[in-house]
Amino acid sequence: MLQTNLCGIKLKNPTILASGILGVTKESVGRIGKNGAGAVTLKSLCHEERQGNSNPAMFGYKNVFLNAVGLPGQGIDSAMKDFQRLDNLSVPVIGSIYGYRIDQFGDVAKKMASLKPAMIEVDISCPHMDYGKPYYADPALAAKITKTVKKNSGKIPVSIKLSPNVYDIKEIAHAAEKAGADAVTAINTVAGMVIDIDAKKPILANKIGGVSGPALKPVAVRCVYEIYETVKIPIIGTGGITYGRDAIEMIMAGATAVGIGTGIYYRGINVFSKVCNEMEAWMKKNKIKNLDEMRGVAHG
Amino acid sequence: MDKICRTEIPQMLEISKVVQEAKGQKSFFFRKNIECRPGQFIMVWLPGVDEKPMAVSYHSKNGFAFTSHAIGAFTNKLDSLKKKDRIGIRGPYGNSFSPKNNACVVAGGVGMASLSNLIDVLKNPVVICGARSKQLLIYLERFRNKNIIAATDDGSFGRKGYTTDLLNEILDKSKKIKIVYTCGPEIMMKKVFEICEKYNVECEASLERYMACGFGVCGKCMIGDRIVCADGPIFNSKQLSKMPEFGSFARLKSGRKVTLKEFHSSKMVW
Repeated sequence: MLQTNLCGIKLKNPTILASGILGVTKESVGRIGKNGAGAVTLKSLCHEERQGNSNPAMFGYKNVFLNAVGLPGQGIDSAMKDFQRLDNLSVPVIGSIYGYRIDQFGDVAKKMASLKPAMIEVDISCPHMDYGKPYYADPALAAKITKTVKKNSGKIPVSIKLSPNVYDIKEIAHAAEKAGADAVTAINTVAGMVIDIDAKKPILANKIGGVSGPALKPVAVRCVYEIYETVKIPIIGTGGITYGRDAIEMIMAGATAVGIGTGIYYRGINVFSKVCNEMEAWMKKNKIKNLDEMRGVAHG
Repeated sequence: MDKICRTEIPQMLEISKVVQEAKGQKSFFFRKNIECRPGQFIMVWLPGVDEKPMAVSYHSKNGFAFTSHAIGAFTNKLDSLKKKDRIGIRGPYGNSFSPKNNACVVAGGVGMASLSNLIDVLKNPVVICGARSKQLLIYLERFRNKNIIAATDDGSFGRKGYTTDLLNEILDKSKKIKIVYTCGPEIMMKKVFEICEKYNVECEASLERYMACGFGVCGKCMIGDRIVCADGPIFNSKQLSKMPEFGSFARLKSGRKVTLKEFHSSKMVW
């Protein structure tokens, strides 16, 4: 009922662990798979080792979650030794990559491709990095990165992860598609800040972070809806998905698969199987046999 | 159980009392009633400095405290704080020890802090505490009515030697001990675990890894597929035996796996 075909990758269901949550060790991939995820996205890796920001790096309250971990990661070279390969795990693995310079995106993509992930996701949109000029906000730069990564990834499909912190997300998605992207992941977090009035300081050590959690969902649904009307490639709809209804909403907006990250915070690591069970229950009740029947139906 | 509308935002609390426990080690008290089980921890935020996990070391209906050993940038800053200063607290987090009868507690250094609430609820436990020297031993006065034996590296108090020597002797002499709870340097805990295995005694150890969130999301504290902050920090014999990294490896803030020695020399924990 929930089988999903994402760029030729067969997923048992459309839920994918979003990058940045838990996907640090090889063993954690297996555990997230056991908890029902259709695929697992690793924490983003770049050309070098990064320790990331000091704490507080994440916290949540009510329907809002903030993080500014600062893209920590062991670096692609160390990860190659740590992971060895990614095509023999219990669930399809998506390798998330980024670089500081465009050529570094290519180098990291090549190394990631050698681990044989099911897909490569390109993080051009993390709001915490200072690239000088933000790649995520410039269609020409996004296209250039897409081309560079595609050239270095062989036959592995590539998804470009988009930021909502732009004037027009459609033009970035369109640029990525034209440059050869096989999919887009939408969206990354929205830039935000929380100040503790007693401490008289922003809580995050980095001051500014990314907002996720249920509060992000309307923004994500709007972005996916807009992108669906602009591009033909599949969309991994990510942002605030916590319940089965949220996933269905995202698919009705046009998503092929759905990313879940902060949902783990709200509902535990088995959020994936919970969301899938809720989706199936709703679909049965509404006599819907598969996801294709729902995909994009909110349009027109 | 679903956890909707969680609140994991630090609350600025006023320090109601500071107690010097031993050389470089202080307890910071707060007048706030929190729900907390033995072995759980809180996240302590010093605005503009950092945020770190600390075991809850005193707990009553009137309030709670944590005990810190000043050995790094964060804990040195903590050490300078006075009564009425305010710092951010969130939590408690993690699982807890499972108190049972006929218990022995093995504490190394400030590791005693995460065992202290457990000692308060155990029935006549044998308490083994150790440190480099007498001036570093905490809670000697607090637990003066307990069956407490000490080991110091320099012999300035109790036995000259290690806590694990004492544990070995106790388990060798008597079959009475059914469970051993431990917290301290991981090398010590690994030894404690091995001794427990040898004598077929149950063991629970409180592990430490670099943490960012404290509630099982960031993935920084992972040992294999176990999340130390949420699945732990307390792990039992069965779990410890399936953890090849226990006593040998840990992950840096970056996620890179290194030896425990390199991990501790990076000072990122404190």
